[in-house]
Amino acid sequence: MMASPHARPRLAVGLWLALALPPARHALEATMTLHMLVQIPLLALAGWWLAPCLPARARESLDAWNHRGISGLLLASLAAMVWMLPRAIDAALEEPWVAIAKFVGVPLLIGLPLALSWPRTGFVVRGVFLLEVVATAFRLSRLYLLAPARLCSNYLASDQQRLGQTLLGIGVATSLWIAWRLVWGRSGLEAARTGAESGGRAAQGDAAAPPAGARARLHGSGQGA
Amino acid sequence: MPALRTLLASLLILAAGLATLAGATDGFRAFTAEAARRLEVSEHPRALPAASLETAGGQAIDLASLRGRWLLVEFIFTRCTTYCSVQGRDLARLQDRLARPIADGQVALLSISFDPAHDGPPELAAYLRHAGSHGAGWIAARPASAPDLETLLHAFGVTVIPDGIGGYVHNAAISVVDPRGRLVAIMDWDAPAVAEQYVLRRLPR
Repeated sequence: MMASPHARPRLAVGLWLALALPPARHALEATMTLHMLVQIPLLALAGWWLAPCLPARARESLDAWNHRGISGLLLASLAAMVWMLPRAIDAALEEPWVAIAKFVGVPLLIGLPLALSWPRTGFVVRGVFLLEVVATAFRLSRLYLLAPARLCSNYLASDQQRLGQTLLGIGVATSLWIAWRLVWGRSGLEAARTGAESGGRAAQGDAAAPPAGARARLHGSGQGA
Repeated sequence: MPALRTLLASLLILAAGLATLAGATDGFRAFTAEAARRLEVSEHPRALPAASLETAGGQAIDLASLRGRWLLVEFIFTRCTTYCSVQGRDLARLQDRLARPIADGQVALLSISFDPAHDGPPELAAYLRHAGSHGAGWIAARPASAPDLETLLHAFGVTVIPDGIGGYVHNAAISVVDPRGRLVAIMDWDAPAVAEQYVLRRLPR
């Protein structure tokens, strides 16, 4: 948003390196909550920031297979499911190759596809996806709060409880945010429409279309609009 | 056209994703590392490596020297004040219930300390006494060296972590070793009857 398109990939690499360096790695893997709710989401963010690196042509050919962002969201969801397995979390601490799979796979299979897909996604798919995120937060929270035993051999039961509570908080906060957007969030669309009426062409079509600048860039190297 | 391609791409992604999830969970059977360890051992019995131990009596023995009988193995640290006392009493009960096969040399109980720096022979002897052992067939021992400890933890798949208040937490269980020296089953530490039945069913009559 704020950063220029060229700064993003640099930020992505910087963030990834910072996360991979031993001090940050050990600090974030010290508790189950930090591991699952901070380290993995930040790795995904690094992948999201990588998206502007893709050459326009590669991006266009990917887009042809990613109508309304559906296959990208599917890929990100399935990859995220792998990293919700307590077994995968344990293995990432014990097996070097699983740790590498996490550091490579989370940015490239979760963050990057989300960045390529989310702006192309329509209202209904976004709604379904967000509700599924909320439902997953509640489901996992219930699992961690009610599990009679520790699910990760490498983390304490108290840590598992804290993760459950945090996920409950995230589920509640996200639901409230969605509800708020549904009730009062029209102002965004209306603002866009007013903008379109007052001369700008950027907001025409669906609200998820890339901004005019990005569109110009996309078409710049091609045949032109 | 993009819709068709997207459908195709999605189906491929779905197939690859489900295959990955199935692979990561042993066919949707093991979602935790502990479940995976138990499944692994029950399907592929694991030959135990050589490791030296020092018993509560101060005697040096090798794990291999205990072959020829069924072993019920638990990992302990004697400073433990919580579930370990229950675990110890459960093993004492097993010692009673398996008294005959123990006397016949068909079964033995083995408590291995993963805190060898603190648990010397006197501490191990005190552990047996407090748990209610009456001697026969129950060995408490500590690994003879740090590499022996690593070998044992790795072979049995035991993960020990500090509990933040000076002690340890680990994936406690009763491990069953067959007379050929292979780890064949891992059971809940708080259900000793299951381990008892498992061994009794496999003893020659």
